[in-house]
Amino acid sequence: MCIPPNSSVVLRAEHLGRTVHNKILIQDANFELQKGEVLAITGPSGSGKTSLLRLLNRLDEPTSGTVFVAGVDYRHIEPRELRRKLGMVTQRPYLFPGSVADNLRFGPAQRGETLPPEAMEELLTQVGLKDYAGRDVANLSGGEAQRVSVARTLANSPLALLLDEPTSASDEAAKLEVESAIQKVVRGQGLTCVMVTHDVAQAVRLASRALVVEGGRIVRAGPVREVLRA
Amino acid sequence: MLRLFFHSQLQLGFAQALVAALSALVVIVLARRRGIHLESETVIAMVRGLVQIIAVGSILVILLRAPRWTSGILLAAMIVAAGATSARRAKGIPEAFRVSAWAIAFGAGSIIALMTSLGVIDTAITSLVPVGSMLIANAMNTNSLALNRFRSDVLSHIGEIETALALGAEARNSVSPYVQASFEASLIPAIDSLRSLGIVWIPGLMAGMLLSGARPVYAAIYQFVVLAMIFASSGLTSLISTMLIRGRVFSPAEQLLLQPGR
Repeated sequence: MCIPPNSSVVLRAEHLGRTVHNKILIQDANFELQKGEVLAITGPSGSGKTSLLRLLNRLDEPTSGTVFVAGVDYRHIEPRELRRKLGMVTQRPYLFPGSVADNLRFGPAQRGETLPPEAMEELLTQVGLKDYAGRDVANLSGGEAQRVSVARTLANSPLALLLDEPTSASDEAAKLEVESAIQKVVRGQGLTCVMVTHDVAQAVRLASRALVVEGGRIVRAGPVREVLRA
Repeated sequence: MLRLFFHSQLQLGFAQALVAALSALVVIVLARRRGIHLESETVIAMVRGLVQIIAVGSILVILLRAPRWTSGILLAAMIVAAGATSARRAKGIPEAFRVSAWAIAFGAGSIIALMTSLGVIDTAITSLVPVGSMLIANAMNTNSLALNRFRSDVLSHIGEIETALALGAEARNSVSPYVQASFEASLIPAIDSLRSLGIVWIPGLMAGMLLSGARPVYAAIYQFVVLAMIFASSGLTSLISTMLIRGRVFSPAEQLLLQPGR
């Protein structure tokens, strides 16, 4: 089933949960995101932040509840289309061997499309890596690699971005590079975004709303400054 | 030297087995000193192997007088046992036994059937069962290597595989590099056996044929025939098992099922 392109609620989690071998990873998560909203998911290590994010693009299967993407129950969306539309950036960039351009072409190539050179140049400019297309990914710094990972995800023209602690594996300088690239892309394109972070200051800088997850449950939710001040 | 002490062939055989097993035990002790514990697995495998081969030897004595079709039953039982043994190397991969059994059945079974129908393998039980078992055993080893390599490659590349999935890749394509690597790695022993034939080793079958009076050149050619059949059946088995297994590590919603600790 195709995802309708215009809907103000991009993402809605309803009673979303996952239990594995009697261990509750996520329980009864309910929230929704309007178009252009940036939601930060915070909480202590092992609280279930990444588990919640992985349920959103169905990398893991919920054991209860579901997610609606632009009003459509995601169990009725073909997994590959769902994942293209909810683009994920992981903690480590995991670039494929080859050039930066090869990596950016990967997503469109999966559906038989070719990324035009001007679109590639624009994506790389957005993440501050103009003229990097021909570079071998083996020679990139950590921050550059993560920015390529962001551009690679954007090459799929996603409805929303799912960011899993995208700066946690970076040093301080790279962290600022990546964060600035994300801020530019998200604000510039008005992208809906869910970002897992343990960095409260980063959440305040980038997000408008926040959820705090503890022991697999959402314990607080609301405007980012109110929630994270509590 | 053992022949001085043991005059009955059966006693001599057990004494030779004991000496050979002792050399394996020395390896276990050396490994233990380096902190590698192979004791229980190796001892169980050796005892089991000895009991099994004596049992099969005894059955073969009975089967020498049995009708030819019984070799089909024996080979089918060997395929099931090979599938079960091989599946243990694929812990965490769903339906590993079914995949292994089908792969060995088609890989080794088709080569045995083809070569028997063409007259390359004699239909007599004394020829079909030993040669067939060689093909099945080698197909099992190749299958174990392929599954084991695939499993460890997938487990060590979860990030890359899930990144490909998250970018909209088809599940089967996201593991393609590891399928290819597993296939290639699994065939290394079969290729090396062919490459070193006659230089590094003179296989038992050829030695046996020479002892039973076959012409040396024919014995040598037939040994090549057997190794070529082993390569064909092993390659086909690995091709089938890696093809079947690649889809089985994913759920219907294209989620990677093989995860550490699951």
